[in-house]
Amino acid sequence: MAEIVLELKELHTHFFTESGEIPAVNGVSIKVHKGEVVGIVGESGSGKSVTSLSVMKLIPSPPGKIVSGEMNFKGENLVNASEKRMKKLRGNEISMIFQEPMTSLNPLFTIGNQLIEAIRLHQKITKKEARKKAVDMLQLVGIPRADEVAGEYPHQLSGGMRQRVMIAMAMSCDPELLIADEPTTALDVTIQAQILDLMRNLNKEEDTAILLITHDLGVVAEICDRVVVMYAGQIVEEGTTREILKDPEHPYTQGLIKSLPNMHEREQQLYSIPGVVPKPKMNSVGCHFAPRCEFAFERCFQENPGLYALGNQRQSRCFLHEDTEGKVKKHAKADIGS
Amino acid sequence: MQKPILEVDGLKKYFDIKGGPIGRKVGEVKAVDDVSFTVMEGEILGIVGESGCGKSTTGKSILRLIEPTEGKVKFQDQDITSLTNSEMRRLRKDMQIIFQDPYASLNPRHTVEKIISEPLLVHGMTSAKQRLDRVGELLEVVGLSPYHAKRYPHQFSGGQRQRVGIARALANNPKLVICDEPVSALDVSIQSQILNLMEKLRDEFNLTYIFIAHDLSVVKHISDRIGVMYLGRMVELTEKNKLYDNPKHPYTQALLSAVPLPDPDMPRNRVILKGDVPSPANPPSGCAFHTKCPQAMDICKEVRPAFQPVEDNHFVACHLYK
Ligand SMILES: Nc1ncnc2c1ncn2[C@@H]1O[C@H](COP(=O)(O)OP(=O)(O)OP(=O)(O)O)[C@@H](O)[C@H]1O
Ligand SMILES: Nc1ncnc2c1ncn2[C@@H]1O[C@H](COP(=O)(O)OP(=O)(O)OP(=O)(O)O)[C@@H](O)[C@H]1O
Ligand code: SF4
Ligand SMILES: [Mg+2]
Ligand SMILES: [Mg+2]
Repeated sequence: MAEIVLELKELHTHFFTESGEIPAVNGVSIKVHKGEVVGIVGESGSGKSVTSLSVMKLIPSPPGKIVSGEMNFKGENLVNASEKRMKKLRGNEISMIFQEPMTSLNPLFTIGNQLIEAIRLHQKITKKEARKKAVDMLQLVGIPRADEVAGEYPHQLSGGMRQRVMIAMAMSCDPELLIADEPTTALDVTIQAQILDLMRNLNKEEDTAILLITHDLGVVAEICDRVVVMYAGQIVEEGTTREILKDPEHPYTQGLIKSLPNMHEREQQLYSIPGVVPKPKMNSVGCHFAPRCEFAFERCFQENPGLYALGNQRQSRCFLHEDTEGKVKKHAKADIGS
Repeated sequence: MQKPILEVDGLKKYFDIKGGPIGRKVGEVKAVDDVSFTVMEGEILGIVGESGCGKSTTGKSILRLIEPTEGKVKFQDQDITSLTNSEMRRLRKDMQIIFQDPYASLNPRHTVEKIISEPLLVHGMTSAKQRLDRVGELLEVVGLSPYHAKRYPHQFSGGQRQRVGIARALANNPKLVICDEPVSALDVSIQSQILNLMEKLRDEFNLTYIFIAHDLSVVKHISDRIGVMYLGRMVELTEKNKLYDNPKHPYTQALLSAVPLPDPDMPRNRVILKGDVPSPANPPSGCAFHTKCPQAMDICKEVRPAFQPVEDNHFVACHLYK
C-alpha cells in the first residue's frame, strides 16, 4: 500500500458560541494515501469544510478550536505545528481550493503575478517562462481571453472565473496534498468536466493525493477512489466509491442514493428522507440519524453507535450491523437500483 | 387535446451596458435573443442551460417582472405584452413565480402568515379571518403546519423556507407557475421532498409549470418537455426522452455528456468543449455556438440557424439539420 500522506485521528474541532459549544467535527478519522483521491460527502453543515480548514489550520479562532485529535501530514502532527511552519506548508506541500474563492486571492496583485509567483516558488524558470506557464494554466482551466485576464485583478473577474484561477493556482505548485472544497459546485457542468479532467491528470501524473469535498455523488463517481460520508459532524460510512454508490450499508447513505433523480430510468415518485438535516449538538443522545431513519429501533434513540469495521477499510455507524440475521438491512437495500 | 396556455413568440430582452463618467450606453447584453416556445395546459416545461444563458430573464420577462425588449407573450389567448400595469397586476394572480433562493426571497422581518397572506390581500381577500384560514390551509398543503404561521423565515430550514415560497405562490390558485431553480439551493435529501411536493401539487391543482434549472437530472425527472438554452437562444426543444436519448444539437450533446453520473460503471464518452466562453454582450456571429462547436461548418459563422422542427415535436436551431 502506498504511503499515507494525511491521517486524521479522532479529530474534534468545536465552535464556542453564545448559544453553546458546537461539535462541528466530532471525532473524525480519515486516511489519504499517496496517489489516492478521497471524497468527503455530506449535506450542508455536516462538517466537511471545517474538517478541511482544520487541516490547513485556518479555523477562525475564536470561536473555533481543535479540541483534540491528531492530524498527521507525512508523519508530522499539524495540531502542534506553529503558524510559521503552517505558512510554509500552505500553498506548497499542501494546497487548498476553497469553497469561497475570494478569500484566497490577493486583491492587490494581478492574477498573472500571483500565478507567476506560485510557479516560480517551485520551478527554477525565468519570469517570462513562468508567465507563459501561467497563461497556459489559465487556458487549461477554461478561462477565456487568458492572456488579458492574467493582467487583471481578482475583483474584475466573475465568481466562476475566480474559482478557476484558484484551481489553476493550486495545481500549478505541484502539491503533495490537494484539498479541494467543492471546487466545481459553482461552475457549469461543461466547465466542471474540464476541471475534473485536470484534477485527474494531476493525480495520475504527479501521484498527488487529493481530498475532495463535495455533495455531488456524480462528481464522486467521476474521480474518487474512496469516499467518507459525513452526517452531523461524524463519519457515518466509509468505503470505495463503488461500494458506497452501489452497495451502501448505512441507512443514511442508502436514503441519499435512493433520493437522487436518475437520468437513465423513468421513475415516478422520488424516494425522500423525511425531516430536516440536523445541526451538530453536544451530548446528543442516540444515533444522529435516528429521527429520520426508517429502521430506527429503541436502542438507536438511547446510544450513539460506533463505527463498525466491515473489513478492508469499510465501515458504517449503525446498530443494524449487530443484527446478525441481517433481515432489516437486506430489506433496506432491496430497492436500490442495480 | 391539450391546448396552449402560454405562447412566447420572438421574445427578446436586451440590457443596456452603461459606461463612462455620465453613464452613457456603451453596449447591450442580449440576455434573451429571439426565443419562441409554447407551453401546454397541465404540462411541465423544463428550461436548462448554463449560468448566464438567460433562463431567469426569460422567466421574468414572461411575467413582465422585467419588460421585454421585443416579442409577444400570449397567456390563455390574451396578448399580455400590451396590458397596462394594473391589468397585468390583476393577471399575476394566475401567473406566479418561485425563486431559487429560499433565503433571499422571503422578507426576514415578516411572519410566515404575513408573507403568505399578502398576495391574498392584494387580490381582494379582505377578511382577516378568511386569510388566516387560507394561510393554515396552504401551509398544510405544502407539508407544514398552521402553527408555523407565527414564525419568521430564519426559524426554518432551507427546505421549509422553500415550502413557504411555494405556499405563497399558490395562495391565489394560479394556473401557471414559473419555478426558477426551486431546488438548486437545497440539500440532496431535501431536494427530493420538494420535487415530490411540486409534482403532487401539479396533479392536485392542475397547474402548469415552467421549471428552470441547471441540474439536468432534476429537470429530466420532473419535466414533460425540455428546452435547452445557449447564450440567450433556445437551441433545442422536445419531449424529455427524445432529448436525452437522441439529442440533436451539438451543444445539447456536449451538455448531456458532461453531467457526472453517480454510477461508477456508466461509460463516459465525454465531449469536452474547447474555445473561449463567449459573452452575451458580444455574441458570436451566425450560430452563437460556432466558436465551441465540434461540428461547426462555414455557414455556421455567417448565418443564424432558424429554430425549426426537424422531426415531430423536435425543434432544433442548427445547420446540421436541414
Ligand atoms: N465560524 C463558525 N462559528 C460557529 N459555527 C460554525 C462556524 N463555522 C462553521 N460552524 C458550524 O459548523 C458546522 C459545520 O460546518 P461546515 O462549514 O463544515 O459544513 P459543510 O459540511 O462544509 O457544509 P456546506 O455543504 O454547506 O459547505 C455547521 O453546523 C456550522 O454551523
Ligand atoms: N438587470 C440586468 N442588467 C444587466 N444584465 C443583466 C441583468 N440581468 C441579467 N443580466 C445578464 O443577462 C444574462 C442572462 O442572465 P440570467 O440571469 O437570465 O441567466 P440565467 O440563465 O438565469 O443564469 P443562472 O443559471 O446563473 O441563474 C447574463 O449575462 C446576465 O449577466
Ligand atoms: S443506528 Fe439506527 S437510527 Fe442510526 S442509522 Fe442505524 S438504524 Fe438508523
Ligand atoms: Mg462547506
Ligand atoms: Mg437564473
